[in-house]
Amino acid sequence: MTERVVIVGGGTAGSVLANSLADEVAAEIDAGDVEVVLINDSEEHVYKPTWLYVPFGEKTPEDAKRPLNDLIDGRVELMIDRVSAVDTDAETVSFDGGRDDLAYDHLVLAMGAQVTPEKTPGLVEGGHHFYGPEATAALREALAEFTEGHLVMSVIGVPHMCPVAPLEFPLMADTWLRERGLREDVEITYTYPINRAHGIESVAEWVGPLMEARDITVETFFNPERVDPDDTVVHTVEGRELSYDLLVSIPPHDGSDVVRDAGLGDDGWVDVDPATLEATAAENVYALGDIADLPTSKAGSAAHYAATSLADRLSSVVRGERPTAEYDGKTVCFIESGEDEATYIAFDYEEEPTPKPPSTLIHWSKLGYNQSYWLTARGVL
Amino acid sequence: MSDTQLEADVTVNAVGSSCPGPMMDLIGKAKDVDPGTVIRLQSSNEGTEPDVAEWAEESGNELLEVLDRGDHWELYVQIND
Ligand SMILES: Cc1cc2nc3c(=O)[nH]c(=O)nc-3n(C[C@H](O)[C@H](O)[C@H](O)COP(=O)(O)OP(=O)(O)OC[C@H]3O[C@@H](n4cnc5c(N)ncnc54)[C@H](O)[C@@H]3O)c2cc1C
Repeated sequence: MTERVVIVGGGTAGSVLANSLADEVAAEIDAGDVEVVLINDSEEHVYKPTWLYVPFGEKTPEDAKRPLNDLIDGRVELMIDRVSAVDTDAETVSFDGGRDDLAYDHLVLAMGAQVTPEKTPGLVEGGHHFYGPEATAALREALAEFTEGHLVMSVIGVPHMCPVAPLEFPLMADTWLRERGLREDVEITYTYPINRAHGIESVAEWVGPLMEARDITVETFFNPERVDPDDTVVHTVEGRELSYDLLVSIPPHDGSDVVRDAGLGDDGWVDVDPATLEATAAENVYALGDIADLPTSKAGSAAHYAATSLADRLSSVVRGERPTAEYDGKTVCFIESGEDEATYIAFDYEEEPTPKPPSTLIHWSKLGYNQSYWLTARGVL
Repeated sequence: MSDTQLEADVTVNAVGSSCPGPMMDLIGKAKDVDPGTVIRLQSSNEGTEPDVAEWAEESGNELLEVLDRGDHWELYVQIND
């Protein structure tokens, strides 16, 4: 009998997993004992970190895309369709497009995170963001026209993708505006929901003085409840008001209704064992990447490391061996700090990161990584 | 204290979630509820109590009570107008 592994979502997590698994169980696939199916709702693979560079004219949304077909091992069966439901009792997935249900022996959910700016009243009309292809292109236009006034970068959604992008944007905007001789006419404010500038304590300690040196005002305990697009004012849960001329937010995020409806996680994120990535509510179901409710950041590197350990685990499982590989929460994030410099943080479930002093070398490493990412997705690096 | 007379209108279970998850879950819920609502926040993170106390003070909400449940804490927070 063929053991079928079905992976839903061909982003970073799903692609690295499909390729690594196909490599590890190549012989079993060739013998017809194992089948790896990757389902994605579009023919394109999107590398989201590219979107950070679009507002500054350094990249375009097109640069973030590659045909999935070019990235995925020929031993993987690629299906382009949207999964509409999962039945963990019958062990099947259903599709939007009317295709027959597909049975699985092992199911991996890797559907990523969605942004839901509409959840904050007025935010769609009154604000910009760079967490989607159209949105980041629109922000590029807004920034190009912006010559004076108050630029507000507000973190609304927590958890959100990429722990550091909200810090990178104002630091990069500061440099960008300086280069254009506009910085003196622009005030920059960064807001964060809790009582410090970042959820990770050591990052907050590192970025506080840097923001001050760049003349970026930091507002904490700032939780936007609604935006008034006519008066251009942000109103918070704490009863504060902040007026803006250009509002850039990290919008609220959501997991997936497929997860909620399947009873795999109330908030749309899959409840999993952080080490084995097994869903807590059903057998033979796993989740990784942004859709998994893990005590680490929603970052591409976390998705990548989790995918390689899950590939090891699943290859043991499909061979009938006892799986031993575990994910330790390893995450690495480069942080652009403006002025053509960057730093990075590395951490896991146990260890808090310590940011290194920013350097030009690390900035070029980040840009280099973004290029070599296409090899990572292929499972080469 | 191990018991309370307080009745919560809603419970937010953030046990197992690391900082600042529990407080963010509380703030997320606070955005949705009516004034006067008492939220019971369950957290196993020891940083939650001081953080929530500071946020409540800042935001004009009230941290009514904190109970030690052994493997987690229960924080009762009243959301004001
Ligand atoms: C602006 C920005 C900058 C970032 N910068 C960094 C960075 O510098 N470093 C870093 O490590 N991370 C960064 N990230 C985060 C990183 O992009 C994500 O953590 C990563 O993409 C997560 O991978 P994933 O596979 O879980 O999800 P995704 O890459 O989002 O992939 C999910 C896939 O599932 C598909 N899908 C969803 N639902 C369904 C369905 N029902 N049926 C079929 N297919 C479905 C989607 O179309 C998508 O292809 C950044 C993110 C953003 C937005």
